[in-house]
Amino acid sequence: MKTYIAQRLAIAVLTLFGMSVVIFVLLRLAPGDIVDILFASAGYVNAAEKQAILKDLGMDRPYWAQYVSWITQILTGDLGKSYRYDLPAWQIIKPLVPVTIELALLSLVFAVVLGVPTGVISAVRQDTTLDYVLRVISLSGLSMPSFWLAMVIILGCVTWFGWIPPLTYVSPFENFKLHVIQFVLPALAVGYRSSALIMRITRSSLLEVMREDYIRTAWAKGQNGRVVIWRHALKNAILPVVTVIGIEFAFLIGGLVVTETVFNLPGVARFLVQAILWRDYPVVQNLVMFIAIVVILSNLIVDMLYGVLDPRVRYGS
Amino acid sequence: MAVRPVGAEIELTLPAATRRRDSLGAALWRFIRKKPLGAAGGLLMAVMLITAVFADVLATHDPIATDAAHTLAAPSGEHWLGSDHLGRDIYSRIVHGARVSLIVGLASTLLGSVLGGIIGLLSGYVGGKTDLVSQRVLDILQGLPLLVLALVMSASLGPSIQNVVIAISIPIIPRAARVIRSSVLTIREMQYIEAAGAVGVSHLRIAFRHILPNTMGPFIVLCTAQLGSAILVEATLSFLGLGVPEPYPSWGRMLSVSAAEYAQKAPHLVLFPGIAISLAVFGSNLLGDALRDTLDPRLRGSS
Repeated sequence: MKTYIAQRLAIAVLTLFGMSVVIFVLLRLAPGDIVDILFASAGYVNAAEKQAILKDLGMDRPYWAQYVSWITQILTGDLGKSYRYDLPAWQIIKPLVPVTIELALLSLVFAVVLGVPTGVISAVRQDTTLDYVLRVISLSGLSMPSFWLAMVIILGCVTWFGWIPPLTYVSPFENFKLHVIQFVLPALAVGYRSSALIMRITRSSLLEVMREDYIRTAWAKGQNGRVVIWRHALKNAILPVVTVIGIEFAFLIGGLVVTETVFNLPGVARFLVQAILWRDYPVVQNLVMFIAIVVILSNLIVDMLYGVLDPRVRYGS
Repeated sequence: MAVRPVGAEIELTLPAATRRRDSLGAALWRFIRKKPLGAAGGLLMAVMLITAVFADVLATHDPIATDAAHTLAAPSGEHWLGSDHLGRDIYSRIVHGARVSLIVGLASTLLGSVLGGIIGLLSGYVGGKTDLVSQRVLDILQGLPLLVLALVMSASLGPSIQNVVIAISIPIIPRAARVIRSSVLTIREMQYIEAAGAVGVSHLRIAFRHILPNTMGPFIVLCTAQLGSAILVEATLSFLGLGVPEPYPSWGRMLSVSAAEYAQKAPHLVLFPGIAISLAVFGSNLLGDALRDTLDPRLRGSS
């Protein structure tokens, strides 16, 4: 078990290192440099001023030196300075993190609560009308842009209930009820999409397991149908589902980017879009790295859960 | 005894021409009967293709002509789906938007799948260190959320249709490489490949002439499935103002800030472009699912 964890950790660190290189290179693909873009809107560019900013940014140095100093910065917990606000980036990001984590967790809860049971029902009732209806509903979840779904939800509230969902952030300590309402709607919009994926995986994974001999044995013994499915089949079908949940948690962040924007929630994902639009590159670079770390961590947790859920994995590698 | 060419007998009893015609019609019919959802998806895609090709004929107005006298008009005989805050006809913009959406979607899917396919083919066929290194690099690319990667790419490349295509295609590469690699790994072990090697066929020729054609099934399935997500990412990028630039009408941008602002007064501004995006993605998802079940049973169920 220990070597297994050590192995996974080593791979995670390597992947993270690779991601930092990819992010660094991607952001330097831009034609012209950051300073040009910063000045593009201003029109007139003072050459001396430009040099001063380049020097301040450390951009007059070779790429490898820039990369090394960026990595050292991150490793020491320094996230650099935001250009737009002229503040340390961490000071701006810190209050945004809980909002995003809360929204992501809530969306994940919705996704699992909606996805797993419908997947099971769909598998048990394979090829019936109910199965078709559930599959169409879940596939439409994968087809609707989540930002549009969010807009339609807001529009629906306004038209049918004459009620406008709160579109400015309410702190949970200020008004808890309003805070919950404010998070439930966007979480539903994001969670619906993820639930569709979870439902599909649950269905196909369960269908596969239900063809196994030991399930037939359980039926033959006259075991209660519900016990066979929920206790025997689902237990072994859940591994791919856990993988998808782990991947989804990372990918939820993609959905949050637009949903936070539509619902005007002050989270990390909305800030990333704003930073991109303002060309606040140091912030973008660090935020994307932050997302990469979250992705790697959730993959790592899934790997660990594997070992717990399926003892064979531990000995296998 | 004279050796009869193999297959001559079959040729006599079942003439090739009738066999092909029968099987094509029958196969299509069987597909519709067995996969009604997939056929519906195919129909949706066909409608989108026709709309995109004949956009100029189907549109009732110039999609970028503004009309200050008729802003935010409700759906009517003059403006079938209403008009936006600048008086532009929503129906005509959606019709022309289909063209933009389909071009960006197809181009980025093809670019990403072909590049990924070549990487997957080489990585699977060569194996060893090449395989290991390319797999780790693809891991890294796949690790970042698709939208975040596309967002950063399109921001760093600048707004233009070409750059949007590049930005969307990069995240597709690792997905395509995975699928092609895994089918190459199976095909590589087959006897006819060994036979080709034994008679002295070059590696390059084996890879591209003998292995590649046999990966077409999974490749088509992959492209159909990725087309939907490419259309979705394009819409999202355009919605955020980082996608298809003006003056091209894009479904995603039709939903951006202005639509949200006027949503209460004119809900059609929000509803119709979103329905168009959803139907297009829905169609390609349905078709992709059905094709996967039909062409490549091994992939069934894997999302």
